[in-house]
Formats: sequence, structure tokens, C-alpha cells
Amino acid sequence: MTCDIIFCGVGGQGGLSVSVVIARAAMASGFLVKQSEIHGMSQRGGEVLAHLRISDKEIFSPTIPKGKADIIFAFEPLEALRHLSWLSVERGTVVAAMTPILNIPNYPDIESVLGEIRKIPRSRLIDADTLAKQAGNVRSANLVLVGAAADLLPVPPEAIEKEVVALFSRKGEAMVQANLKAFELGRNIQHA
Amino acid sequence: MAQMVFSGDEAVAQAALDAGVAGAFAYPGTPSTEIMEYLQEHIGEAKGAGSSVARAPDGITRVAQWCSNEKTAYESALGVSFVGKRTMVSMKHVGLNVAMDPFVNSALVRIHGGLVAVVADDPSMHSSQNEQDSRLLADFARMPCFEPSNQQEAYDMTRFAFDYSEAHEVPVLVRITTRLAHARASVTTAPAKPATDLGKTTDAYAWTLMPAMARKQWAGLLAKQAAFRADADAASRLELGSKEFGVITCGLGRAYYMENEEDWAQAHGGERPSRLHIGRYPVGMGKIQALVSHVKRVLVIEEGYPYVERDLRGMFGPPVPVAGKMTGEIPLAGELSADSVRAALGLPRREGVAKVAIEVPGRPPQFCQGCPHADSFTALKKALEGEAEFFSASDIGCYALAAQPPWSAIESCVDMGASVGMARGAASVGQKRAIGVIGDSTFYHSGMTNLLDAVRHRSPMTLLILDNGTTGMTGAQPTISATSQLPILLEGLGVEKEHIRVLEAHRRAIDADVAAIREELAYDGVSVIVMVRECIEWLKKARRS
Repeated sequence: MTCDIIFCGVGGQGGLSVSVVIARAAMASGFLVKQSEIHGMSQRGGEVLAHLRISDKEIFSPTIPKGKADIIFAFEPLEALRHLSWLSVERGTVVAAMTPILNIPNYPDIESVLGEIRKIPRSRLIDADTLAKQAGNVRSANLVLVGAAADLLPVPPEAIEKEVVALFSRKGEAMVQANLKAFELGRNIQHA
Repeated sequence: MAQMVFSGDEAVAQAALDAGVAGAFAYPGTPSTEIMEYLQEHIGEAKGAGSSVARAPDGITRVAQWCSNEKTAYESALGVSFVGKRTMVSMKHVGLNVAMDPFVNSALVRIHGGLVAVVADDPSMHSSQNEQDSRLLADFARMPCFEPSNQQEAYDMTRFAFDYSEAHEVPVLVRITTRLAHARASVTTAPAKPATDLGKTTDAYAWTLMPAMARKQWAGLLAKQAAFRADADAASRLELGSKEFGVITCGLGRAYYMENEEDWAQAHGGERPSRLHIGRYPVGMGKIQALVSHVKRVLVIEEGYPYVERDLRGMFGPPVPVAGKMTGEIPLAGELSADSVRAALGLPRREGVAKVAIEVPGRPPQFCQGCPHADSFTALKKALEGEAEFFSASDIGCYALAAQPPWSAIESCVDMGASVGMARGAASVGQKRAIGVIGDSTFYHSGMTNLLDAVRHRSPMTLLILDNGTTGMTGAQPTISATSQLPILLEGLGVEKEHIRVLEAHRRAIDADVAAIREELAYDGVSVIVMVRECIEWLKKARRS
């Protein structure tokens, strides 16, 4: 069993910490993991990217080969389109948030961006911001997305919840609850 | 024995702690920064910004400190070794250029407490100005170099490097690269060793590189090379398979090769290539000869320059055909990937989902919302409005983002401190309105000596120091000196007091800022304008902790 996951978004969305949450949950569930990210200037409102590889046997490359990703988590819709050459044609699923971050002058028409995502087989377009607000914190949109693909992850949801608690506990109980709720609301979404 | 999830940087840092390191020194630089961050968090209780000090029951003081630059960091490490304790210095690849003087000469002294230099290269220039390969600089210094191929090896090799350094009385360079430094995997650690105290060296002559002693030390270093090669040969791993095809991997090259080996075997009736993995330099000859005499052709997969490949090829051609970066099977520029190695192995490309119908524009990094640099550049641009003649030289830091629209406010970014020297040089031959734009951390790192040149020669230039109190681009580490001390320092360097202007880098002060910049640009001498406001990222970090 191998599950290769790409996390992409814009600096400041918390995409990197979510990849660490899933990596730790996978480790705790007995899997081997490799997680790779790019820091530095890319954090300054630019693209952010992390690769996570989960397997029950030795993992070699720190990054996912092209055409091998099982899931792309896109915390911003345009970013989903940037990494499609990594997505497996046979089994890959894009899980993307709908809300654009318009910090570049040449951002394409958002409807055509969403349209492109809808065209990809099995894609899941999620109104993560609305659900995150319902959960109590708009910044927990990334966990809505993770919840929306929890059925595709090799890790039990309880293991993820445990790591969410561990990550957010020093930020207070309200933050922990909002993120757990966001994860739950994501899991409740029915996919076509 | 404990199992932990570590990035390559963290594995290196934990290895140093477990090897009993007493003094660790660094200057921030992607992708090496997290080594010192981890050390400061784990070496003991924090004692002031940018430094951690711990006094263990064994009476040995342990420090983990940010330094002014890589050269000062390296020299501090030398001092620790001299007095018989273990020491580590860490930096990014271009930082090693700054530390070149102590680095090369450190190979000649008789290292006492183990000295390990960890250098993180950045092939593909994710956050750098070049993609130089530190293995060649170790070679240049005639110093042994260890190159881990995964996080576990990063731990094991760094730990062993301290022993090796003490056994051979020579520093060891541990070379890592971005994808190792910033990737996490499970690592098994071994019980920590207590810090050792060998006491001060009794051989001061071996540390005094005056010609007579230096010649003796150099001869000694040259004499050690055979042992370095023999040890590297013994540590390399040879597995003979195919008599047709052999693969030599170095460092992370092994990971990308192994990712594809199964597919190669399936395409070749189950047979696997013969393979040799090299993790230490200078390379030994034995196993390379064994491989080359077993196969009909060889592919070399190494991250960085074609270093092993060039040696293997030699001036008169290799004994069997060699493929790699020099023949184009693997791209010369940029980092390796599972995909590029796959192509070099002759395996079919793997395609992802087809291209989309719309153009996906890039999303380059930009100034954070509310960044003080943005306000400084607004003021500078306004001050230069209508001026045809100016030269705006800049430096390494977030502020280099002002090279791009909508700012287009700087004209160069070359190396740490170059803005000051380039502006001064241009001014000295008549360039009007020669401006240097530099951050406070970069100024302390390498700008101060350039400013001294400007003062001594009265080169008419204006220096803008964007003082945000931190090294911002690497994630906000504290700078070596405080904002309040900067004017005193500038005065001490000889800048006239009335031409040291301290301004607020904020849009509400824009009119005063523009007027002051114009005044100083008109001054026929050295002027320094300090634009002060805290980094947004630094404030956020301070609030978190």
C-alpha cells in the first residue's frame, strides 16, 4: 500500500502544518512516511507545496514522481491546476477549496478555474470557507478539506483527530474544537 | 534507541547533541536554518536572543549561537576544537564562500575536539543565488566529505563525523541538499554520548600556520589523503548484478534511482543493474574499479555538479562508456528527481492528468501585507522621481523582491553585502546618486567593512539600511545587534553624525522619509538612512511564543 499526497496552496494557509498532521497520524498508525516541503521565499504569499508519501514499505524518493499522486489537496483552486501533471490518471483525486486568493494581477476568471477542476474525474470541489466558518474558525478550512477526503486516506480519522488535538492544544481549547469540527463537517460531505 | 520523525536538518542537529557537541554556531540560510533552530530549542534553556546556553551536571558549558556571519561562526568552532570540545558549524552553500578562509585553513590545523561543518546545498536554487556543489570545496580544502542519502544517514553520518574528525585530527564536511534538509522521515537515534573534554591542545604549533609550520601541516594533510580514500572505499556499497549496466549513485541520487529500480528490473527480465553507492569523499578506487570491470556501461547519478562523473571520465575517456550530466542523460542544471533519473534509465515517462485549457499564471513570492520594506521602497521610488541618473544596488534578503514590478526599485542582488560595495565602487568613478539598499542582518554580516571603505575614500553614496530587527527571509531569527545600537555603530565607522538619519519605515511618515532621502542623495559624501520598523513575520513569531 502506498498513498502519495500533494498539498498545495498559498503561503499562510496552513497547508504545510496539515501535511505534518497527516504524516504524524500515519506514523502513529504504523506506516512509513516521507514528507517534503519547500520553505524560504515561497512562504511570502507565493505558492506553497508539500509532498507526503505514506507506505507500508520503504519509501525512496522524498518527492512524488509525476503521474503518481493519489490525492491533491488544493487549499486554493488555481493551485490545484498547477500540479496536475503529478496526479495519477487512473486513481488520482483532486480535493480543492473554492475560494480564490487574488494576490496576483493576472488571476484567471474564477469560474473557468472551477470549471477546469470539475472536468477532472473524481474531483471534489469544496466550499471549505463556509464550512470552516460554521465550525467556528475560517482558518480551519484546511481541515475541512482533509475531512472531505478522509475516506481516501489510509489513516483512520481518530488518528488524525489525535494529531489535530496535539497540534492545536497550545492555542487553546476553542481552536482545538473548531478544527475538530471542521474535520467532521468535511467528513460529512456526500460526494457524487 | 528512539524512533523520531526528523527533517534532514533536525537529524543533523540531534546527531550533534547525541555526539556531545559543546559549541554550535551558524548564520541563517535556507535550507540550513532549522539546524540551529533545533539546537537552540534542545540544547538547554534559552539565554537571550539568538543564543542558548546550558550547563550540564558534567560541568561542560554547551552553547548554540547565531553569529554575525559564516566566517565568524566557523572561527568560533575552531576555538572550541582548540580547547578540546566537540563543535559544529552549519550554513548554506553560499555561506561556505564567506567562511572560505577559516574553512580551507582549518584542514591544515591539528583538529582537537571534533569539528563538523554541515553545509546545505540548494540545487535548483529554490532560495539561493547559485547551485554550487560543496563536495568540490571539500576537495579543494583536501577535507573529508560525508554525504547522507536519507534522514537516517544524516543522523548516523553526522554523529560518526565527530569521531572521524577526532581520530584523523581534521574537520569533516557533511554535505546535505534541500530535499534532504527539508524532508521528514523516521529516524532511529542511539543513546546520547556525554560531552567530552579533551582539554586544551598541547600542540599550539600545529595551529600556528606560519609558513614553516603550515608546510609541515600541509604535508601531513596530504599524507592523510590515502586513508581518507581507503575509508571512503570501505564505506561505499557495491552490489553486482547485470554485467551489462552499472549505476553509481551519490547522496540523494540513490533515493531517485531506487524509486525506479523495480521498473527497470521488470523491463529487463528481472535482472537488476550492478550498483555502487558512494557516500564519502574523496572517493576510493577499489569498488569503482570492481564495478567498471564488471559492466559494459555506467550511469552516474549525483546531486549537484558532475563530480564523480568527471573523475571517472578522466581526460582521456573512461574505460567503459559513462552516461550522466556531462553527456546530457541527466540535466546539468537543477536538482535531480525521480522523473529525470527515470528518463536517464531509459524507462518510459509517466504522464499525469492532461494539461488544462487555461493558462495557469505563476504566483511569485511578494512582500507580506504591511511589510515595512514596501513602505521604504515607496519612499525611495518617490525620492527618485524625475531623476534620470541613479544606481540602486541591493542585497540578499526579502527586500530583493523589490526587483520585480510593481516596485522595480532595485537594480542588483549579487551576494551578502554587495549593495554597499557596488554602490561605493560606482560612486568612486562618478556615478551620481549611488544607492545601496541592505537589511540590518545583511549589513552586520558583510556590509560594515564596505561602508568603512566608503568612509575612508569619501565615496559619495547613500546607504539605506532597512532595519526590521530580524533575518526575515529565513523565518525571522534575531539579528546580532539591536536597532538602538545601529546609529552608534555607524558613527563608530566614521559616518558623520548629521548624515545618519533614522526614519520610520511607515506610510504615515512618507513625506518626511522622501524629503530626508532627497537631502541625503544631494549630499556629496557618505550618508546612511536607517529605515526602522519591525518585520511582520517577526512580530507574528514573537506573539506565538
